[in-house]
Amino acid sequence: MKKPLVKVDVLDASPKDSNKNSRRKFIKLGGLGIAGSSFLLYGCSDDDLFNPGGDQGMTPAPTPDPDPDPDPDPDAVFDLGSGDLGILNYAYALEQLEAAFYTQVRAGGYYAGAPAEEQELFDDLYNHEVIHRDFFKAAITGVAPDGVLPDLEFDVSSIDFDSRDSVLATAMALEDTGVGAYNGAGDRIADATYLTLAGKIVSVEARHASAIRSLINPDSTDFAGDDVIDENGLDLAYDPTEVFDIAGGFIVTDFTANNLPEPMTGA
Amino acid sequence: MSIIKMLDEFTSENLTKKSSSRREMFSTLGSLSKKAAAAAIPFGLASKSMSASTMFYDHEGPLGLALVLEYLEAEFYMKALDSGVLMADSRAEKVYMQISKHEDAHVALLKSILEDAGEDTTKPTFDFTVGGMFDPFNTTGIGQETAYAQLLALAQAFEDTGVRAYKGQAAALMGTPYLEPALQIHSVEARHASEIRRLRGLKGWITGSMRGDGMPEATQAVYDGEENVMQGGVDVTTLTFADPIVGDVNEAVTQAFDEPISGETAVAIASLFIVTEETDG
Repeated sequence: MKKPLVKVDVLDASPKDSNKNSRRKFIKLGGLGIAGSSFLLYGCSDDDLFNPGGDQGMTPAPTPDPDPDPDPDPDAVFDLGSGDLGILNYAYALEQLEAAFYTQVRAGGYYAGAPAEEQELFDDLYNHEVIHRDFFKAAITGVAPDGVLPDLEFDVSSIDFDSRDSVLATAMALEDTGVGAYNGAGDRIADATYLTLAGKIVSVEARHASAIRSLINPDSTDFAGDDVIDENGLDLAYDPTEVFDIAGGFIVTDFTANNLPEPMTGA
Repeated sequence: MSIIKMLDEFTSENLTKKSSSRREMFSTLGSLSKKAAAAAIPFGLASKSMSASTMFYDHEGPLGLALVLEYLEAEFYMKALDSGVLMADSRAEKVYMQISKHEDAHVALLKSILEDAGEDTTKPTFDFTVGGMFDPFNTTGIGQETAYAQLLALAQAFEDTGVRAYKGQAAALMGTPYLEPALQIHSVEARHASEIRRLRGLKGWITGSMRGDGMPEATQAVYDGEENVMQGGVDVTTLTFADPIVGDVNEAVTQAFDEPISGETAVAIASLFIVTEETDG
């Protein structure tokens, strides 16, 4: 699952291939100044946009300028921010994507014709991700009303929502990526409350990943397969650049992640 | 009889306080039946060696707790696979083999970390029958079917406990190089829990504080607190969701967040299966 689902250009970010060595590599990259440099996500110019908010009546993305830039550009893209705010927005972006995906799944042909058990599974996953998304929105708005990531637009045209295979493969990729993203972000969180909150969510994502993998291949060890769990029995842990490599292709709205905190501990 | 529940009511002070003698502990247990007190055993862990109790609170503490839980799981799955209770080549056997592999790896990893730190890594002696309450390995002839049901029920309890226990220790590992591997183990336990729950015909996630059909009442302590809906000071059920929740909002919210347990609660649950090697003087 290291293969990007959709190609996305991430400036200055070197692709990394190993789960186990991601920490070491990040530090190396950090030493080269990656953390402070710009890696702007390019959105697709595709017109086939997918609006996760549907007709919920939310205002379109504002153009906030959270940076104390002396010469602010009114069209500046949103930056996730620094410190815990940055990590919360990072998580919020992923939850927006997951919620958008499951919303679309439930509107698609596969779901419509799926057995009741599978429909119920996707109802649950949809519920959980919508809850995660809207919780993050409320939580971040509560602490940083001007620093909350806008509603993102996604392009999910690469997914065939009428195809069980396509839906399940994408669900697996998103859930595994979510697990890896939270695991890799934990050490960048400064506040214990936020760390525990992330922990409360990541284990649910892992339960999802297991469920989807089990649905794809029920009579197997795939629920915690050797493709995601290493020889030390450790799950995925992704750096943000790796996550954007995988998920960035779905994200239309430009934003930057220039100020995300680095891991607290090396070694 | 819910021994775990009684243990749970037993305060953390009593479990860990240095001054608590076994005699005092047993007098605290005075209201329990003899059988429960005998089966409960658990205070062996707190009284046997102070390293066992202090390790839950000292710097290396979270990993000490983790190792005890991993020892418990690793031995459980090994014995389960050796028991003949799981049908050869069945889905359950495949699942147990995969989980067993992971738990063994977790033991090895944690053990090496703690050994390097000069910490005690003594493996406790486990009794998965809890003094005869269960017979998951069909050693006393409870029958294959019942043993299999208990084998799955205990696995669910262990995995769901593991998820909660690691979550509860994460904050104590902040700023250490062990946080990330602990989180990586935490999500593996959650993948395990999800699959074991499905083998038992349940959803992979926890609704409210429900332990699920067929789970012994003695395992309820594993699920108490999972009904929480307050996250970051927000009652999540009161949010206005931009897309409508399907079904019961309260249930969905409790499913969407797993809850931590304290080290004390984790110890109390694990201790049920730990045999004291001391005799009461």
